[in-house]
Amino acid sequence: MSRTATSESQIPEATAPRRAFGDVAFKAITTGFAVGILLLLGAMFFVLWRESALAIEAFGPGFLTSAKWNPVTEKFGALVAITGTLVSTVIALLVAVPVSIGIALFLAELAPEKIRTPFGVAIELLAAIPSIVYGMWGLFVLAPLMSAYLQPALGGLFGWTPFFSGPQMGIGMLTAGLVLALMIIPFIASVTRDVFRMVPAQLKESAYGMGATTWEVVKDIMIPYGRKGIYGAVFLGLGRALGETMAVTFVIGNAHRLNWSLFAPGNSIASTLANEFTEADGDLYLSSLVALGLVLFLITFLILGFAQLYLKRMSAPGSKG
Amino acid sequence: MRKQTVLTLLTTGALALAGVAYAGTTITGAGATFPYPIYSKWAHAYNQATGVKLNYQSIGSGGGVKQIKANTVDFGASDAPLKAKDLQQAGLVQFPMIMGGVVPVVNLLGIPSGKLRLTGPVLADIYLGKIKRWNDPAIAKINPGLTLPAAEIAVVHRADGSGTTWIFTNYLTKVSPAWADEIGNAKAVQWPAGMGGKGNEGVAAFVSKVNGSIGYVEYAYAKQNHMTVVTMQNHDGTFVAPTAANFQAAAEGADWKGTPGYYVVLTDQPGKNAWPITGASFILMHKKQRGPAQAAEVLKFLNWSYVNGNQAAMDLDYVPMPASVVTLVRQTWADEIKGAGGETIWPAN
Repeated sequence: MSRTATSESQIPEATAPRRAFGDVAFKAITTGFAVGILLLLGAMFFVLWRESALAIEAFGPGFLTSAKWNPVTEKFGALVAITGTLVSTVIALLVAVPVSIGIALFLAELAPEKIRTPFGVAIELLAAIPSIVYGMWGLFVLAPLMSAYLQPALGGLFGWTPFFSGPQMGIGMLTAGLVLALMIIPFIASVTRDVFRMVPAQLKESAYGMGATTWEVVKDIMIPYGRKGIYGAVFLGLGRALGETMAVTFVIGNAHRLNWSLFAPGNSIASTLANEFTEADGDLYLSSLVALGLVLFLITFLILGFAQLYLKRMSAPGSKG
Repeated sequence: MRKQTVLTLLTTGALALAGVAYAGTTITGAGATFPYPIYSKWAHAYNQATGVKLNYQSIGSGGGVKQIKANTVDFGASDAPLKAKDLQQAGLVQFPMIMGGVVPVVNLLGIPSGKLRLTGPVLADIYLGKIKRWNDPAIAKINPGLTLPAAEIAVVHRADGSGTTWIFTNYLTKVSPAWADEIGNAKAVQWPAGMGGKGNEGVAAFVSKVNGSIGYVEYAYAKQNHMTVVTMQNHDGTFVAPTAANFQAAAEGADWKGTPGYYVVLTDQPGKNAWPITGASFILMHKKQRGPAQAAEVLKFLNWSYVNGNQAAMDLDYVPMPASVVTLVRQTWADEIKGAGGETIWPAN
């Protein structure tokens, strides 16, 4: 007893000054790392801005609304690429979010204990597959299936709308969206599963005790409880889908044309950069490509910033979240 | 036994030392992807013969031009020739190294390779999106023996900037006023129809996956992937198949001597057998060399390839440069490539 007391009183005395120095140094180092990130972000923005100055000067705000992309006459506009990036991402989210929530619920609530771990590992492995593999799979496996089965079916049902009309080649916006969906499902599903696991057992047990069905527990307890976490998972997937390059380049069709049909080939910002950067001769061409990069940077920044703000508002005291 | 081991060790050591002595020289180049297979084959054979190594990065013609202008490589390579004025400005000298053909390929059920005939204007109208279906009267008229499907034509082009596209659009510009007006000739253009694949292999993959598609690739890709090629009408009005002999025929009438900077474009050439979409791939070097010894190594390699590389080129379906052109090129080396003090690097013929 007394020995413990002595050692307890000795330790703070002996180590206090050293620890203070260690703390200060540690704090300085970690602050340095963190500030480094901010500097890097600022430097990236600055370089993108500077390198795209030529294009911004030449086209002005019209760069964002022009659908032209003509390397011969050096007239460039970002509208097709912006539209393609947003449309393919929206398709991906529309498909991926319900599927991911389903997977997460199954793994967290419905699956027998034995198979939860292998399923969970399998999903995390899916997230580790390089994107170019998804792209090749999309081109060689998914695209022929799309043109043989899914597109004729969709065309038959909804062919009267402009969205599902036109030639069914299997390569285009819809295929790109589906490949993207597949790529972000592992991210959204594994985070959402962890969110569902954190729902307190008492809440669920009480609901079951009151005679609720599994569906009612999911609908009224688990999803509302985990809503903030689910939004976070969705934004994680969104961030990945916006910037995805190789997989999209393989299947989107790489055509600089606006088209209402989701069967038609299009282009995204990232795939335009991947395709054209190496061979862009001409300063205005190169500058326009950098300007596209700047636009993607800003879109990602705005969407993620908006997401943060939204999450903050949801968790503010007095809100319903 | 032991003696033998020692002997082996000694021999290996001697060989390794010899290897070190040889490994001193590496020449570097960057640029066009189209000639990459033959450049690497030549480099391998040259390395076996002399020990000199070539490090060639196939980053694309535009990249090759950029790298040689920045002086980061010993030579650049481009499928699209630079104009004499641009060469002058950048202080570069340009000469042709190898030739090849660009071939339209299709994926049409029941139509064997070489059976479909197209003319330049029809090909241009397909790529302009004006001819939309395979049974269009314009196509049917030149293919009386074929039953063409009513399927929509899926046009495939290159998504990346490319020397292949430069040759292809150069041809379309020559044969179609509408193409010349609306689209033009460049390594990347604003395609009015279709979808883009990355690289020759990307176009080949799209064409083989999509029914009713048409694309254009380097001949070697079409041949190696057993794709369905198209027979084209040439300048003289005959329909010719894409073969090495017909590419050679297109090169025969070219006036290499009278064209400054070898700015010779081999599309739509006269000649009974001339394949209309033929092109050459060029090498770019600085006129003023900082390291004359290094430049001499580059020229030695290129000369060796001109002299000893023809069979290898033909094996890979390229067309070697005619001997008369090679003589001209050597004269150009002697006249224009100089050391820092103006000394000649390549002895005159």
